[in-house]
Amino acid sequence: MDRIVFLTVDGLSRGAVYAAMALALVLIWRGARIVNFAQGAMAVAAAYAGHSVTAATGSFWLGFLAALAAGLALGWLVERLVMRHVGHDRPLNAVIVALGLVLLITAVLGIVYGNEFRPAPPAFDRTAGFAGLSPYDIFVFLSVAVTVGALAVLFTRTKAGLRLRASAFAPEVSRLLGVNVGGMLLLGWVLAAGVGALAGMLIIPTEFGLHPNAMDRSFVVAFTAAVVGGLDSPLGAVIGGLAVGLVLSFVGGYLGDQVTPLAIIVLLLAVLLIRPDGLFAARAARRI
Amino acid sequence: MTAPLLEIQTITAGYGAAPVLHEITLSVPPRTIVAVLGANGAGKTTLLRTVSGLLRPTSGAVRLAEEDLARVPVEHRVRRGMAHVPEGRGVVAELTVDENLRLGGLFRTDRRDARRALAEVYTLFEPLARRRGHAGHQLSGGERQMLAIGRALVGRPRLLLLDEPSLGLAPRVTAQLMGLLARLRDDTGLAVLLVEQNVRSALSVADRGVVMSLGRVVREADAALLRDDDALRHAYLGF
Amino acid sequence: MKRYLWTIGFGVALFGLTCLLPSFQNYQLATVAAYLCATAGLTVLTGQCGQLSLGHGALMATGAYTVALMQSAFENLPLSLVAGVLVTVLAGAVIGVAAARLRGPYLAGVTLAVAVVVPGIATMFHDVLGGDQGLTFYLAPPPFGYDFPFERWQAWIALTAALLTMLLLGNLAASRYGRAFRAVRDDEIAAQLSGIHVARTQVLAFVVSAAGAGLGGGVLAVLALSVSPGAFSLTLSLFLVMAIVVGGLGSLAGAVWGAFLLVALPDLTARVTEVVPLSPALAQRLEGNLPLAVFGITLVVVMLAAPGGIQGLISSALTAKRGR
Repeated sequence: MDRIVFLTVDGLSRGAVYAAMALALVLIWRGARIVNFAQGAMAVAAAYAGHSVTAATGSFWLGFLAALAAGLALGWLVERLVMRHVGHDRPLNAVIVALGLVLLITAVLGIVYGNEFRPAPPAFDRTAGFAGLSPYDIFVFLSVAVTVGALAVLFTRTKAGLRLRASAFAPEVSRLLGVNVGGMLLLGWVLAAGVGALAGMLIIPTEFGLHPNAMDRSFVVAFTAAVVGGLDSPLGAVIGGLAVGLVLSFVGGYLGDQVTPLAIIVLLLAVLLIRPDGLFAARAARRI
Repeated sequence: MTAPLLEIQTITAGYGAAPVLHEITLSVPPRTIVAVLGANGAGKTTLLRTVSGLLRPTSGAVRLAEEDLARVPVEHRVRRGMAHVPEGRGVVAELTVDENLRLGGLFRTDRRDARRALAEVYTLFEPLARRRGHAGHQLSGGERQMLAIGRALVGRPRLLLLDEPSLGLAPRVTAQLMGLLARLRDDTGLAVLLVEQNVRSALSVADRGVVMSLGRVVREADAALLRDDDALRHAYLGF
Repeated sequence: MKRYLWTIGFGVALFGLTCLLPSFQNYQLATVAAYLCATAGLTVLTGQCGQLSLGHGALMATGAYTVALMQSAFENLPLSLVAGVLVTVLAGAVIGVAAARLRGPYLAGVTLAVAVVVPGIATMFHDVLGGDQGLTFYLAPPPFGYDFPFERWQAWIALTAALLTMLLLGNLAASRYGRAFRAVRDDEIAAQLSGIHVARTQVLAFVVSAAGAGLGGGVLAVLALSVSPGAFSLTLSLFLVMAIVVGGLGSLAGAVWGAFLLVALPDLTARVTEVVPLSPALAQRLEGNLPLAVFGITLVVVMLAAPGGIQGLISSALTAKRGR
């Protein structure tokens, strides 16, 4: 019984982080029709920036904020300098450019910080307390919930949100109505990169530590989560993240940790082959 | 004669190497409806896209109230009082009626008047008020057309570019629509550049008519004259 | 017929070249040839059939591990290489069947998952595959006596494999299958309407390119006389994609450029860092990472500035000349 509680809590806690990363993927996919394969690498870069600030100031929280700021800035840079200029004649172009960014970011991090694992201690105690929840789990749930809630409010209750949604669904019409679609695209990238950085800061301390490739596997899991939820659906991304976190936690707990990598592939393939639009995809709105 | 609101001067434009429009010149004075007529492929939609800036002309100029728009990006033209209701796809299907309408007024700095304009549109188009919370894709063809035009009106434009508003509408609804255009022209001084295949409806409200064929203006005259020109109707307009 | 003559001519020239080059250069040449098997295969898939695979590093690993296991068991090189190709083809067919139903970013995501996850399998089956340490094996000395330089022998093996791959893939590209690949790439619906079975064509392309990757991985193992998961990380998969994009998507000549760059760029960056005086720690970090950074920048810049790659630039230069 304890084991089930532990696996559930741990699965949901990791799942919340996957949900945040999946949400970041969905944000960019909706706006730009690009799956940002560089998101994991960008999040690691932000985490390293935070690490440096923490090392220099001795304050974990300053480093945490710096990582988020670095994430936002990196999103801005990547969109402005690179993604904006990618040709749209083939859908592969953006994927390939993102992969180039992965190589570049990983390499620069390796040059600046070295390719050894650096310890990234969690901000709170990770030993389970009441109902199997550790203080760290609570921190994760709160951070992700606040982020998701803030994004929901931004998108559904504000003018910027209306502009963001309109330019994602109908860029040309939005331009005709005076919406700066390029600016909205940029905003989408910045927000997504910020959320990605947060996810990186939350998940890296629960794994082996800071490393240029620290997010490779998490990115694949987050991609799976986004696909499970349907790349177009923010709500689906959150549910997909939690679901994938749970599945992997139970697979790891009962079949052994070595099996989880295979479980990721099986899960991803199964979803893509059975419900390619995702399990929770809103019925595609009929285009007029 | 008042100075024209919109002036299109010898524009040539197209997609890729072959131009669709060849040296088009025409103008729209304020408080006037100009109907652009012609068969499929005459270049009518391309003309509107060039005016609203979605397409860059290879030569020639577009001027609104004597301002050259060459350097004004698409998203700024609506602030100058130009509203383009594109063919068919104008409504954002994923957004609600209310969101679509608010989108039309987002650019405005006079918030209070934007709210007033929104309320006016709801009065003008009764059915929309009843379907505020519905998503765009749940509307009927007529309601969508109302929504697209209503959304343009929320921005209080001086010039309305309308692309095939009668497409897919019942004749009765089309007649109401044309009546509305005439009323807006008379009450608010709105100028309309109206692209239509439904020649009869268009000429019923238009003050001037322009006939296009294969990317050129072949005839420009008062609407009343075009209505009675049998030879022209047979040659270009097919009725 | 012309293609066979070219291949024989190239082969003779290259084999002659190996007799002139010192052993390290021969080893590099052999590495280029090994990569060429894989990049040529990936070119067929991505360039000609329009499917992006980020998992070809994992397919190379499949070939490499099979060769290592077969060598340890039978010590028969041709048999080992054939087995490496066959096992990889099988793996490629499995992925290919799934891939034929996936498009664009979805396919990229699945193959990325393969690339990230597969190296972990070596740890999962630690007893057979040797975990992180990998496997080492033995290669019989060249049949020309013990004086024959071993690297030259390795270069001959690798060049034979690469020439064979290029010949077969060249023939394939010119055949009706090659036309079907390109038709599917350009417009799936139109291809379907003209009687091409799209899914079957895509699976075929995947299988063919897996064969190339398997052979390339096997040859790479023969060059190193060992295999380990670290050699087949996600980075290798990304390198392969970089190579074919920078070389020029779609043409086998581009695959040659790409394979060449995969060996030449790290060599070049190593020379540059040797010239510049650096602290040992920094030099060590640069050694592994600078080529990666150069590859990354190259990939981004090529995609933004010259999506046709090196071969595209050469072709357009040639046509411009002819046009004058």
